[in-house]
Amino acid sequence: MRGATTWIEPHPGGIYVRPADLWIDPSHPAGCAAVTHGHADHARSGHDTVFATPETLAIMALRYGVDAKARQKQAVRYGDGFERGGVRFSFHPAGHVLGSAQILMEYAGERIVVTGDYKRRPDPTCAAFEVVPCDILITEATFGLPVFRHPPTGEEIAKLIGAVRAEPDRCVLVGAYALGKAQRVIAELRAAGWDAPIFIHGALEKMCALYTAHGLDLGDLRLVGESDKAAMAGQIVIAPPSALNDRWSRRLPDPVTAMASGWMRVRQRARQRMVELPLVISDHADWDELTATIAEVNPRETWITHGSEDGLLRWCELTQRKARALHLVGRDLEEEA
Amino acid sequence: MTPFAALIDRLIYTRSRNRKLALIVDYLRHTPDPDRGWAIAALTESLDFPAVKAGMVRALLATRVDEELFRLSRHFVGDTAETAALLWPGARVAPSGLTVAATVDALAAATRATAPEILASLLDRLDADGRYALLKLALGGMRVGVSARLAKQAFAQAFDVPIEDVEELWHAIPPPYAPLFAWGEGRAARPDLADVAFFRPFMLAHPLDDATVDLADYAAEWKWDGIRVQIVRGGGATRIYSRGGEEISGAFPELVAAFDQEAVIDGELLVRGEVQGGDAASFNALQQRLGRKTVSKKMLADYPAFVRVYDLLALDGSDLRPLPWTERRRQLEGFVPRLAASHFDLSQIIEARDFDDLAERRAGARDAAIEGVMLKRRDAPYVAGRRAGLWYKWKRDPLTADCVMMYAQRGNGRRASFYSDYTFGCWSEEGELLPVGKAYSGFTDEELKWLDKFVRDNTLNRFGPVREVEKSLVLEVAFDSIHSSKRHKSGLAMRFPRISRIRRDKPAEEADRIATLRAMVT
Repeated sequence: MRGATTWIEPHPGGIYVRPADLWIDPSHPAGCAAVTHGHADHARSGHDTVFATPETLAIMALRYGVDAKARQKQAVRYGDGFERGGVRFSFHPAGHVLGSAQILMEYAGERIVVTGDYKRRPDPTCAAFEVVPCDILITEATFGLPVFRHPPTGEEIAKLIGAVRAEPDRCVLVGAYALGKAQRVIAELRAAGWDAPIFIHGALEKMCALYTAHGLDLGDLRLVGESDKAAMAGQIVIAPPSALNDRWSRRLPDPVTAMASGWMRVRQRARQRMVELPLVISDHADWDELTATIAEVNPRETWITHGSEDGLLRWCELTQRKARALHLVGRDLEEEA
Repeated sequence: MTPFAALIDRLIYTRSRNRKLALIVDYLRHTPDPDRGWAIAALTESLDFPAVKAGMVRALLATRVDEELFRLSRHFVGDTAETAALLWPGARVAPSGLTVAATVDALAAATRATAPEILASLLDRLDADGRYALLKLALGGMRVGVSARLAKQAFAQAFDVPIEDVEELWHAIPPPYAPLFAWGEGRAARPDLADVAFFRPFMLAHPLDDATVDLADYAAEWKWDGIRVQIVRGGGATRIYSRGGEEISGAFPELVAAFDQEAVIDGELLVRGEVQGGDAASFNALQQRLGRKTVSKKMLADYPAFVRVYDLLALDGSDLRPLPWTERRRQLEGFVPRLAASHFDLSQIIEARDFDDLAERRAGARDAAIEGVMLKRRDAPYVAGRRAGLWYKWKRDPLTADCVMMYAQRGNGRRASFYSDYTFGCWSEEGELLPVGKAYSGFTDEELKWLDKFVRDNTLNRFGPVREVEKSLVLEVAFDSIHSSKRHKSGLAMRFPRISRIRRDKPAEEADRIATLRAMVT
């Protein structure tokens, strides 16, 4: 199935661009890396040179601290680019989280786009996905099965607010990934008119501050650790998913456990996580967005990375598109989707 | 279908029984007839649409969705009904007000030939949650944790009527229970149950604890370790009901066939054990017969069931429940010989001189099928539920063993953040610790906090939600009985194990050996 293109090589540990001697989202320390976004499964520490958007570099510095500071960082703004080994690289918004980018590479008359993680629906916390014409589209496939169709975000936020109001003696504890999902849920709540204080787990504090420093108004945020149990009744509390059923949650007033994730579409998944209020809010493209994007970009070939490759591959076959699955390792699909 | 679909969704994610109850109460109060009746029948798995099968649903989906994409999705989701509900290319928002009643009518009218077309037109009229509700309704397997008992409680609470009345009426009236709702809402009189094989709510016993009673006022019987049943014959039908009022006739066809008298009896269902020389076997043997909708010939031959009868609630059309126990007992003794001796016998009265004599007999009882002693007030009528001073149960003292905690798992609901389910083991001859049981009760809230901390501080390994702990803590485990079991490596299985004491004082090496437990097997 492999086409004539040989200057870019998919490896289990990332995508290697040979003429530029550069890895995209490598899962191992590399000499030179281009990083699509700040989630830990794409942005590892320990590279010598890192090309990423200024926002992604800030997120990596926050996460890896001193380690990232010691390396050479190359900030690339959306729409800007650089040349290396004859390959022209440029970064374009992916709509996934703050700073997330697609990477376009041009070499020998060929255009290849790596989407990284992306979504198409509006998100107040990051720049919207841009369609970048190309010959080869390397797309993610987290929700590459037709069972995944995310409802409009506004409906899910209304469900959350309805649940808080229905039981004023309890709080609703929302499990949301610390980078991106948590800030998006907060921003969507603010946009829906929820102006009460929102209580956050300590692990979210720095990332929320980083988003605020980048110009996003998250309103009145308070730390759970510094709040009275009684003050949190009838309120919304946000924590990383790992804290939902942990000892930490004992300090909350009889919490209703909610979780914001695309996986919540499947009832059994929600039940396994002991979730009482599933919220289908995702930072990844759903089935309709994935297939619509491939159709819109209409590349000569589609390469499919992490997720349900088989489903998307089958769709390409049915619509007579040339496609292949890349099997990359180390992608953590469970937590942040 | 929208309110019904929303109810199912809420029930799926709600773990607390009280919250489930509140959800159903609210639904029953606010939904009109006949939808609420059909809905409650669907929740308790009381409906059957033989024309609709999972294979038919898959074939129907194949006409709208690529088969390979269905297969991949089904593999991921793990449930045919949910996969089909999500994949059916339909509206995102329900386009029409399809009722539960119209859905039930359409499904009931379906034949194997027309079912696909009927189902397709229903699916077209629903959104994804509605399609899920429809397919679960049609295929069964709702699994939302709503028993008939919970449904009846919800009804009683919704309309503020006595639960005993609801239990009596429930099984006598078919879905959608319109006369029941009319009565509940005060729009009609209580339905007349003449000529119907209806369930009478059981009379229940309080634990005796440390009290004593005068045997002049109380009769004593053995408390048998089987399942409590009521057999009812009326209006040409014979039905067997379990403790919760669930009908279990299908699992015991030989008893249905053998019960040929116009009467209602209360008794203990047991199976005959070869080991015991044809007498009642342990509960372990009985378990082979429970929970089955149909029974094979081999099951009937290997585990023959019979009923040890201890009360007579109705005979030849007259209700005996208002009579004192003494009078009912007199009539019972005259009645039991009218039944086939192969399947029914009389529960004998223990002829003890006084309470001390009874205590001695109870202590000496070693029969596997004896769980303790029942004490019944001689002048008491048969009344529903648990009334103070009328019936007592006096269980045999539990057996205990000192075991070592091996694994711990988090609980559910209120206990979701606590390691509250413990697997414990005893020592083999080779000095290996083998699991012998699992318990999640018997401790106080304070003890639970301590145990939770112990687990966290002594974790060796994590396997998903399970933690393996340092084998250092001795738990005294109480259990009603212990049986041989091929399922466990230790070859043993405990009945009702619970933590009776935390033995921080005892070194793990001094916990009991497997051989000691094996000597207690009945």
